[in-house]
Parts: sequence; C-alpha cells; structure tokens
Amino acid sequence: MIKRLLALALVLVVAFLVFPLFAQMDERAEVGALAAAYLSDGPALLGAANLVTAVVVTYRGLDTLGEVTVLFAASAGISLVFGTLGRGTRSADAKNRDDSRSTGRQPPSELVETGAALLVPLIFLFGVFVFVHGHLTPGGGFQGGVVIASGVLFAFLAGTLHHAPHRLLGVLEIVSGAGYVAIGLLGVWLALGFLDPRFLPLGEIGRLFSGGAIPVIYVLVGVKVGAELSGVIDAMRQRSES
Amino acid sequence: MIVFLSVIGAMMVAAALVALYSKDIVGSIVAAGVVSLFASLLYLVYGAPDVAMTEAAIGSALTTVVFLFAWSRIREMEKNPSDEEGKR
Repeated sequence: MIKRLLALALVLVVAFLVFPLFAQMDERAEVGALAAAYLSDGPALLGAANLVTAVVVTYRGLDTLGEVTVLFAASAGISLVFGTLGRGTRSADAKNRDDSRSTGRQPPSELVETGAALLVPLIFLFGVFVFVHGHLTPGGGFQGGVVIASGVLFAFLAGTLHHAPHRLLGVLEIVSGAGYVAIGLLGVWLALGFLDPRFLPLGEIGRLFSGGAIPVIYVLVGVKVGAELSGVIDAMRQRSES
Repeated sequence: MIVFLSVIGAMMVAAALVALYSKDIVGSIVAAGVVSLFASLLYLVYGAPDVAMTEAAIGSALTTVVFLFAWSRIREMEKNPSDEEGKR
C-alpha cells in the first residue's frame, strides 16, 4: 500500500515538473536559425531533394556513421552470443530428442511458399528502391536495409532460404562499412571535410544521379544495415533443421 | 483531425495497457508492435514520413519478430533444461 502511494506521489511530482513544458507549448510560426540555414542550403549546396537526407547524411553525417557503428557492434554481439548458443543445442542428444518429439513446428504451407516466391523479390526490389532514392523520396539507407532484412525474414519463414550465406553477408558488411569511411575520407581530400559529399558532381536536383556522394553513401548504408539485420535474424531464429 | 489523432493516441494507450497486463506473452508482444504501428501512423500524419518508415519497419516489424524468436527460444529452453546446462 505504501509502495503504491509512493509510486502515485512520484507520478504526480513528475507530472508537476513536466506540466510547464506542455503549458508553454505552442506552434511556432517560423523555423529557427539553424533549420532555416538547412532549408535554404540543403537543396542549393547539396542538391538533395529530400532535405532529411541532406541533414542525416551530410550535416549530421558523423552521427549516422556512429549509428552504423553501434548497429554493427550490436549485431556482432548478438551473432557471437546466439551463434555459440545455437551450436550448443545442436548436440546429437538434442537432435534425437527433436526428432522423436514433434516440436510443434509445421512446415510452411504451399500458400506461404508460393507467396514468398512471388513477394520476396518484390520486397528486395522495394528495399533497393528506398535506399537508392533516399535523396529524392522519404526513406534512406536504414529504412531500405530494414525492408531487405524483412524480406530475408520472410524467406526464412517460408522455408525458401535455409542457411544464411554467412560469407556473403560478412563480405557485404566489410565492403560497405569500409566504403562508407573511405567516402568520408575522400570528402576530406577532395571537398571541404569528412563526409562532405560534394566531391562528386551535384547534378540537377531531383534526378537519380544528383546530390554528389549522398546516394552512394546511402546505398552503402542500406547494404550494411540489410546485411547486419539479416545476420541478427539468422542468429535469433530457431534452427528448424537442427 | 484532432478527433482522428485522439483516437490513434487512445488506441496506442490501450495497446500499451494490453501489452503490460495481458497474460499471454505472444499477445503482449504483438500489442507492443501495435503501439509502434500507431506511432508510425502519427509520425506520418504529422509530416515525418522518414521517421514513420523507420518506426514501422523496425519498431513494429523487426522488434516484434525478434521478441517472438526470443520467446520461442526461452520456451524451448524451459522444455529442455539440459540443453542450457550443456552450454555452460
């Protein structure tokens, strides 16, 4: 009872502290100085039709590199922990037990298999579209990569894909991660600073080949995120074939 | 408009309560995914399609699936505790 009262009192205190924020909140008619600079410079100097991309890849490019690094560390940790766990369960003893006792896993139905055969390529294509057009339409490397990973997940669930191509995933991760940093360094040498995309021609705004190196960076981010999340899914799922 | 947004917000709160208080773990996981789905709808309405895409793809799809995988692994371990000991 005392505990509940304390919790209630705590909630009230937090509400009291936060209330002024809500009370003072009103819609601002104009943007701040920094946002105004982004709004005018983003399309003019960087040639990015989707302004969010200009901010994410260029103005806050270092943050994006940090996010990719965090994701890499997380996926490496998951693969390490669950990879060894998976190998532990795949002892002969567990295998026999799995065979004798039905695990309750049904094989995917024909509908699911056929649907996956039809949809998985489309999902992959959509993911590639999202990150290739990151500088033109909403979305970008992260979103496209996640879409691709969900396609991989669908293929696993439908049984069209049994083993993840670990070597391919590793190579993709290495190449895209190193490529991202290399492009950042090219920005130092050929343009104004780290991750400056303007060493490639800006092109005409709104075209596919425009915005300097922004599309290249987003393609690399998309491939890296897709490969990493596919690795996470592969590490987490239960080995039905074990 | 305000009615629509209020309905979405109320459904988010309802789904969050279901996720907290449901006895069924799988139901809880799915309800948590539903919270994310409504959140992404809100982002879309407020004009942030980039964030909405991220939220829908990661928050409601991948996180739910990873939780479900983890839950099925936990149940498997509860069924065969010897497997877990063998790993140590």
